[in-house]
Amino acid sequence: MSLDPNLKIKFSPMHRLQWEDAQQKHVILYPEGMVELNPSSAEILQLCDGSRDLSQIVTELEEIFSTSDLKDDINSFLEVALKNGWIEQP
Amino acid sequence: MAGSSNLNITPPRWLLAELTYKCPLQCPYCSNPLDYTKHDTQISTEDWKRVLSQARKMGAVQLGFSGGEPLTRPDLVELVAHARQLGYYSNLITSGYGLTEEKIIQLKDAGLDHIQISIQASTQELNDHLAGTESYKTKKQVARLVKKHGYPMVLCVVIHRENIHQMTQILEMAEELGADYLELANTQYYGWAHTNRDLLMPTIEQFDKAESIAQAFKEKVEGKMKIYYVIPDYYEDRPKACMNGWGTTFLTIAPDGVALPCHSARDLPGLDCPNVNEYNIEEIWNESKAFNFFRGNDWMKEPCRSCDEKDKDFGGCHCQAYMLTGDMYTADPVCSKSPEHHVIQEALDSARESALSKNEQPLIFRNSKNSKKF
Repeated sequence: MSLDPNLKIKFSPMHRLQWEDAQQKHVILYPEGMVELNPSSAEILQLCDGSRDLSQIVTELEEIFSTSDLKDDINSFLEVALKNGWIEQP
Repeated sequence: MAGSSNLNITPPRWLLAELTYKCPLQCPYCSNPLDYTKHDTQISTEDWKRVLSQARKMGAVQLGFSGGEPLTRPDLVELVAHARQLGYYSNLITSGYGLTEEKIIQLKDAGLDHIQISIQASTQELNDHLAGTESYKTKKQVARLVKKHGYPMVLCVVIHRENIHQMTQILEMAEELGADYLELANTQYYGWAHTNRDLLMPTIEQFDKAESIAQAFKEKVEGKMKIYYVIPDYYEDRPKACMNGWGTTFLTIAPDGVALPCHSARDLPGLDCPNVNEYNIEEIWNESKAFNFFRGNDWMKEPCRSCDEKDKDFGGCHCQAYMLTGDMYTADPVCSKSPEHHVIQEALDSARESALSKNEQPLIFRNSKNSKKF
């Protein structure tokens, strides 16, 4: 299973992504478990709403952070996210 | 009080709300206290809401509605709605007994995130025998309805000598029902399971065989179903890490409002576990004797005190140490470094003898009649 660059990416309905005030970070919640996210991972996952594919996510984040070399990092994080079931492609 | 030196106290992350000790099932390995009928008062809906709010404010985020059977509380939907509003991730830990499709929809609308259903065995005959209640068909139907309504579905099967030979069929059943997660929970010998230990403890040969079947299946279903394997600690060299560290992560509230650092802690002497009717959660978590009792390492004796693994397993389980040796400060006897480790081998020998004997005693089922004897 690996990421298809032509398909849109959506956060899994079997997980919940939310901001935790007490921890001052985003977390992924799932049955009896929690993953704490660093800020860049959270930025990426928040764009996984089913309306963007990989290159659109890269473009958007590169604009936000005024940089141009994010593709490899984003791709490898999303591969991990897919493998863990945090995101899906229809 | 023990362990009360100056420590950085981390806030609770996990709140286990044991809503009631009432249960239509009678599983002989239940982790509820043997004398649960002595603690039969229940705190009110408003009390629970206050507890949920206070714990959430401190940082608790995972919430388990458990029991007994939480569905027997008529205010469950109201509590789920309150939890959702506060931002909890809510897990319903249920036998599935009495869970209708209408209730599944109501709970979903209220914001319940996930339902965990327990099944006792892969066949109707054994399931209904172990549960002490005819429930197999209902449970399977409920599992399908949980999937149908879009919940992540966790199937939990407690493993012991009566059902361990069904490992292959249990795995196939979980796959057929479309479980997203399968928890294969080797029995932990507390409460009723401890009383029935001679009858429930599998032999090492049975464990090894079942574990290799589960391991092979895990690889086969990778990406579709996650399998959690709860370790049978009597067959391990090192103990479980007690509650991820006493008073660091987990907060249990019992049906009568008693706050417990672990759900067996009520049995430990001298902890004076506080009640939510007298203190708020912040006071309980930060200041109570019970929650500070085993924080840090000051309470430790040898061999734990000088052990290079003490920050990994925190000396193991105090409740188990107390139950098996009468001393809650001693190392969990599961640890091969423990001077009391022989009690584990004696327990295993005794169970093996019972397994080989022709006239085994019957299991003691968890019900109010039996509870009153303890």
